Amino acid sequence: MKEFLRFLSRCIRITFIGDWRYQLWMLLLTVLALLGLNAYCKQLVYGLVETGMSDHVSWGLYIANFTFFVGIAAAVVMLVIFVYVYRDDKLHDLVIFGELFAVAVIVMCLLFVTVDLGRPDRFHHLLLRFNFPISMLTWDVIGLNGYLLLNLYVSTYLIYCAYRKREPRKALFVIPFVLITIVWAISIQLVEAFLYVGLSARPFWNNAIIAPRLLASAFAAGPAIIILTLQVIDRFTSHHVPGRAMLMLRQVVIVAMTLSIFLLISELFTEFYAGTAHISSTRYLYFGLHGYDGLVPWIWSAIALNVFALVILYLPIARNPQVLSFACILLIVGVWIEKGMGLVIPAFIPTPLGEIVEYTPTINEVLVCIGIWAFGLLVYTAFVRVAIPVLSGRLTYDQPFASAFSEIPHAQSSHTSAREKLP
Amino acid sequence: MTQHSADNTDAGPHHAKMTRRSFLRRGGVAVGGAAALVASLKPLMDPELDPGDLGSIQRFLQKHYKEMSTEDMDAALARIRNDVERRYGLRPDIRDIKPMDGVEFVFALNLSRCIGCRKCVHACVAENNQSRDPEIQYIRVLEMPKGTIDIERASHHYDRPKVPSEDHFYMPVQCHQCTRPPCVKVCPVEATWQEPDGITVIDYDWCIGCRYCEAACPYWARRFNFTPPRFASDEQIAQNPDIVKEQLNPDMSYLSNRPREKGVMEKCTFCLHRTREGKMPACLEVCPVGARKFGNVLNPDSDISRILRNKRVFVLKEEAGTLPRFFYYFDERRSRSGSDELDAPAAQSGEDA
Repeated sequence: MKEFLRFLSRCIRITFIGDWRYQLWMLLLTVLALLGLNAYCKQLVYGLVETGMSDHVSWGLYIANFTFFVGIAAAVVMLVIFVYVYRDDKLHDLVIFGELFAVAVIVMCLLFVTVDLGRPDRFHHLLLRFNFPISMLTWDVIGLNGYLLLNLYVSTYLIYCAYRKREPRKALFVIPFVLITIVWAISIQLVEAFLYVGLSARPFWNNAIIAPRLLASAFAAGPAIIILTLQVIDRFTSHHVPGRAMLMLRQVVIVAMTLSIFLLISELFTEFYAGTAHISSTRYLYFGLHGYDGLVPWIWSAIALNVFALVILYLPIARNPQVLSFACILLIVGVWIEKGMGLVIPAFIPTPLGEIVEYTPTINEVLVCIGIWAFGLLVYTAFVRVAIPVLSGRLTYDQPFASAFSEIPHAQSSHTSAREKLP
Repeated sequence: MTQHSADNTDAGPHHAKMTRRSFLRRGGVAVGGAAALVASLKPLMDPELDPGDLGSIQRFLQKHYKEMSTEDMDAALARIRNDVERRYGLRPDIRDIKPMDGVEFVFALNLSRCIGCRKCVHACVAENNQSRDPEIQYIRVLEMPKGTIDIERASHHYDRPKVPSEDHFYMPVQCHQCTRPPCVKVCPVEATWQEPDGITVIDYDWCIGCRYCEAACPYWARRFNFTPPRFASDEQIAQNPDIVKEQLNPDMSYLSNRPREKGVMEKCTFCLHRTREGKMPACLEVCPVGARKFGNVLNPDSDISRILRNKRVFVLKEEAGTLPRFFYYFDERRSRSGSDELDAPAAQSGEDA
């Protein structure tokens, strides 16, 4: 126990140490996070009127980001499946990076829900009267926190074992939890979809295809983000990421995105061919309604980005890491628009009484979001900062702390990057 | 043992490295960080912030409505009484009114009569102590072109010198007090529930403000306090410093019209502080054409029971599966003419058959 506490204190200390680029990056993230905190304090004092939300559009950017990031967190499971189900042990370290990523993203998700609350000071009411299993939000609370703990546990255990130079007892302490994580990840996605799908008041959501679409696009955007983070890790740290991992994830992205576009076409056909009165929200999203068309340019850019990214990914040129990154960025932006703004906002327009009030986020609201993003990145950078020296055996329990950063990890110089390795 | 030696080697070279310069630098970073943190928390020091706004210990410890004992409720009511007096300068008559046995309230609205004057909207605001700036309204009157009941064709913000318009009819919508309320289902903390007399209420001290219920309501009947409620605008207060006291309705109950706070949900409660004591809802009382009918549906002789039996009633969005306790109907013979067919229920049923 004492050794573990010392491990934690060393982890915290090492996150403050790095070269100037690392320091600058962390400083930037800290400043952005504090700006977000400042904006949130304003909202806390003056109320949610500081956001663009109204009784008409009562959920906005916060819940949109929340929905998007739940999917991203869940998609980490793709890495886990490859390593543990297909027994590709060489990618083992990647699972740790993936799970740490999931932890950071879930922290962001929890922050996004918290800033959306009108009375965050009553958060403890969830513990006192929990409307389980009736309210889907309670499932979400359990799902997200459980997922957070699972990933935190598995990654901490594996890193700590490396720190203690012990062989992890996988059969007992890892594999069962990893298997639970796989099921759990898909469940949080499903619960997230059910949160919306179960509302008969909103025909735009009350639609069985929402859940599969949410899963498909999350399993495209999630691995795409992981490809990007792995490339960053490969480029800026001493940790080498095998090019094979990227290509494997690329396959996942391709399949998931293809499926996602297929489901989109099914949905659009059903809605528009029948043309019932229930498609007002869909019409508002894609074509505008009674002259209101705030989301139209967004959704078409999202579709264009997704299709374009998919075409690039299918081409052999996507084996090139830079092209792959480019396609991934397009796809992530596309899915972010589609699954965030595109899924949440239109359901409120028009209102159940047919009134059309559009939604534009305020600067303050955007600042809060940027703050949470920055905080998430800050957390993840710190995790990676700890994980790399430990996994490479430079920071262990029997070595002095200083040896961990005698060679400050970074830089493209020492190792061959994934770029040249790709076939 | 290894632990000890590791501890020493850990501290050793590190301390040697800790020069005055690095100490100062670290101190500088720590101070700078703390200052930045404090600066970003600055909005919390706003003098306009009411001390009650961010919550008090008393309120933090207050139990859920259904778990409160009589003493707990008395303490809560005393606290609210003091809060209201301190904030608004008026001592309210606030109590916790329980539902009556054998009563289930139902509302019916005669669309042939409604003239769209919106008197109900404003009477409701005055009765239920909604925020005036910005104004929160529970009732939305829809102006519908004749020949459709598609609410997407309704006008919400019609502004005519004279109502009714000949080409339109008017359809007020408020909380339908559903028998299967989707808003209750989704609430993660059970801050909203259906009472035995059919009224869906909110414990304003329990709501966490997630607005899931607002997304779930098919009738757009719930309202959120995006700002701290204000009972008069700054100009009004400048003209008449006593206006808040004058506008506030002192006849309050815990589950209905006591002043709400920022960040919580609210909705129509069928004026339960009136109706549970035998009075009619404020919207009904003010209606100049008698379009609104309200009563106990469990009493077969009540007006409301006769309307449900004899009129061609319908509910809004039946397909949503909510089983509303709010019905609409049209007069079959004459409209807006003043003839009250309720007086001839027998003839009515004959016509229906």
